[in-house]
Amino acid sequence: MRVPMTEYLLIDLDTERWICRVCAHDFGDARGNYKEGTLVYDRDPREIHPPVIDPEKYEFTFSPDPTFCRILEFYCPTCGTQIEAEYLPPGHPPTVDMLWDIDSLREKWEVHGGNPEEVVNYGPGENAETDLSARFDSVSAHSHSHSHADTTEGH
Amino acid sequence: MTLTTDEFVPTSGNDDDASQLLTDQEQQWVDKFMDETTLFLGPDPAIMRHHEIMPRTAYEEECIAQGIDPLEIDRIRKRLAGALDEAFEMCESMGAAPGAKWADLSCAVYTAEGDVTYLSNRGVIAFSAVLHHPIRYIMKNWKDEPTVGINEGDGFFHNDSRFGMVHNTDQSMLVPVIRGGIIIAWVGATIHEGENGACEPGGMPSGSETPFDDGLRASPIKIVEKGHLRRDLLTFLQHSTRDPKLMLADIKVKMGAVKRIMDTVDRLIDEVGQETFVASLRVTVEDVETEVRRRIGELPDGTVTFNQFVDSTLKENILIKFACKITIKGERMIVDLTGTGPEILNRAINSPLASTKSFMAQAILSYWWPDLPRSTGALSPIEVITEEHSWADAGYDAPVGQSLQASFRGFSALQTAFAKMQFSSPQKYSNVVAPWFNQINDFLWGGTTQNGEQVGNLCADLNGMGGGAKAFRDGEDAVAPLFCAMADIGEQEVMEEEVPFLQLVSKRLVRDNQGFGKFRGGMGYEMIVASRGTPSWGFMTVTSGSKFSSVPGMFGGYGCPVYPLAMVKNVNIYDIIQKDPTQFNLSMERVMNEQPFEGGDYQSAHMGLQFDVAKEGELYMIAQGAGGGYGDVLERDPELVVTDLELDRISAHTASTMYGVVWEPGTYVVHEDQTVALRAQMRRDRISRGTPYKEFVKNFVKEEPPADLLYFGSWGQDDDENLIATHWGGLEPERVKGKLEELPLIMVPDRRVLKISKLEARVRELEEKYGEVVDHKS
Repeated sequence: MRVPMTEYLLIDLDTERWICRVCAHDFGDARGNYKEGTLVYDRDPREIHPPVIDPEKYEFTFSPDPTFCRILEFYCPTCGTQIEAEYLPPGHPPTVDMLWDIDSLREKWEVHGGNPEEVVNYGPGENAETDLSARFDSVSAHSHSHSHADTTEGH
Repeated sequence: MTLTTDEFVPTSGNDDDASQLLTDQEQQWVDKFMDETTLFLGPDPAIMRHHEIMPRTAYEEECIAQGIDPLEIDRIRKRLAGALDEAFEMCESMGAAPGAKWADLSCAVYTAEGDVTYLSNRGVIAFSAVLHHPIRYIMKNWKDEPTVGINEGDGFFHNDSRFGMVHNTDQSMLVPVIRGGIIIAWVGATIHEGENGACEPGGMPSGSETPFDDGLRASPIKIVEKGHLRRDLLTFLQHSTRDPKLMLADIKVKMGAVKRIMDTVDRLIDEVGQETFVASLRVTVEDVETEVRRRIGELPDGTVTFNQFVDSTLKENILIKFACKITIKGERMIVDLTGTGPEILNRAINSPLASTKSFMAQAILSYWWPDLPRSTGALSPIEVITEEHSWADAGYDAPVGQSLQASFRGFSALQTAFAKMQFSSPQKYSNVVAPWFNQINDFLWGGTTQNGEQVGNLCADLNGMGGGAKAFRDGEDAVAPLFCAMADIGEQEVMEEEVPFLQLVSKRLVRDNQGFGKFRGGMGYEMIVASRGTPSWGFMTVTSGSKFSSVPGMFGGYGCPVYPLAMVKNVNIYDIIQKDPTQFNLSMERVMNEQPFEGGDYQSAHMGLQFDVAKEGELYMIAQGAGGGYGDVLERDPELVVTDLELDRISAHTASTMYGVVWEPGTYVVHEDQTVALRAQMRRDRISRGTPYKEFVKNFVKEEPPADLLYFGSWGQDDDENLIATHWGGLEPERVKGKLEELPLIMVPDRRVLKISKLEARVRELEEKYGEVVDHKS
């Protein structure tokens, strides 16, 4: 049984592993920190938030100050999906943002009885209905000819 | 703070000596003595540190024991909701405060012990988790006080958030419902009034350095006695603020609104009986608490951590942490803010604990479970751990004039974490959404109007916060403030009849002011103001987030940019436009980059501007903030990207380098194959430049913050009890470490003193260099 935990991560309750919902990359022990299985890049925030007023003339420009703020980008090592972007002071340890009780998770889903990939959605309302099943299932069913990095487009 | 009788624990100096314990009679004597000799009744920790609903009173037990008919309770609830909404509209229509006109208010019905049973459907939900405090204070201290008492027709006023208020700009009217001499309920109306006599106009002083700079410090007082407004106290309140007309008008408006609620309550009691009415109030509060526990139980067990870093005291740039770990275990939820930075004793950004908690309730009742009745029961079962004298749980002596800086972070902590908490849950009551914008990007203003009146208040544009992206669509632009889903951003043309400034640019979206993502956050707009036709006027701003983004994105999406204050002093735009109307082509980007006005002093600054005298025609420019983006930018539908590009919402640079879209210039037709290829390459580039986590941590993580960063809070999350802080024993800052209680008192020196000191040092250096002998006298 696989439980969608975020937009790009699921937990396989059978293997107790964090799995990429896009490409099936294994990020590690589901009882631990999924970030340990990612690739990380220390992004200068000015590259993401460009200045609107001239940084040559002014200190405050709409761009974050790189001496105050960095953006850590966490990528899936196989498909390159950006699964998290964390704003941190330079040198601050990355946040362990989620730690789940896997026994309890399993128990809750056993009591529920449904297939998490079919019943989890984005909340109330027609627009929020979605397919949160593992994307790699449909990719592998339709095509085996592309690399993961080429097949994530358009999902 | 004064010791209250509840806190007084008699000790003999020898705990083992039972013979020294007081007898009941002796205890009564001590209580009587303490009661009669208490210096003053300050905020009571026994009240202020608790957000849980009260146990049932004996009378409530009696009422409930007579039987509960759920349908009848539902009918009573709906009647109350109707009355509260009607009262809300009265306040909105008749209120003199700008905040009232734009829905920054709330009307409520409370149990006898002060628990909010039901709040008006519109308005500020945070009041549901804070107004039980003043009622408990009134019940504890004034009910049996012979010089005060609580009688039919009485009404109580307060504004000081240390007695339980969202912040000090808000003012209450709390009125008891009395039957047969027994208080069986309360009704109330509370409005964001703005002006409160603080050191700066508008009620939210960024320049406050002591609690006495925060303005009016009204503990709960009986302003209405047996139906009559007390002229002596009213005069005192009017005399204490800059806008006596506002004070008078809105006290009367609140009295009228409360009277309307009371009419419905009277009719309801006549119809259903006093006992059923009391039972329905109580059961509603309990039902909400029970339902919240059940819903917590639906969430997965575990811990979600979300830390925020705030870059300003509103006077200088620092970095202060708002730490938050939320743990779910069964039907228990624990919100732990340990690791949050210490209070800063001469800056306005500290928040009383009750105010911080009130915005946690705001997140719960508007973003987690918006279908629940707005009741004290919503936050009640959630355990909140804080450290007293942190900036999210400020002590009595800390200024709290801009407490929203910390309390809004209480909102964001819960709102942001919930996307992760609820994602896997099969039963959701709200959509998965990225962080909402959380800053007060707005102008406060004050001075003399064109009508000769003294005023101080704010623009409604703080209500134009950008919404966070949802998991399935873009966030809405300038949609609503985090504290009030249906607030209005007002009609500036109407405002201009009452205040002497024009919004020369209003509600123009700023290109690239987005939280980028698969779905982008709602955008903010820019506004440019300039005073006109006034003998004295000024503006201020009260916002952090000019160096460190205020909100992040969600699941790979990016957060908002940062926001500068831009000013052009020493110009009169009205003269310029009169001479050359083509110069009315204003935008922050053009004005600041082209510097088109000769002689103008062009400045950018962080958004903590203390009251600044605005001469006629000088330009003040800010932008409203954007919500966080959701998901990986490379998954954004290319058609949405080029639509934003065509509308000038994003730059070509963003469309290509951020979103990886290739299009035909001129027609904005997407080249699909090239876009797929570019995005695939960008994913490969990520893989190539990314470093394995452990290796990355080894290189990136440092033992402590950079030496020149004025940092406050824990570093990392493994040792949240140990904090880092910056202490000024002299003019130079030094880094201190330890548990919160071990840290020295934190006060920041006047930045002008620091600047003068640096300049003096430079002068001496130059004098020495050039051999000039100057006799410096101190």
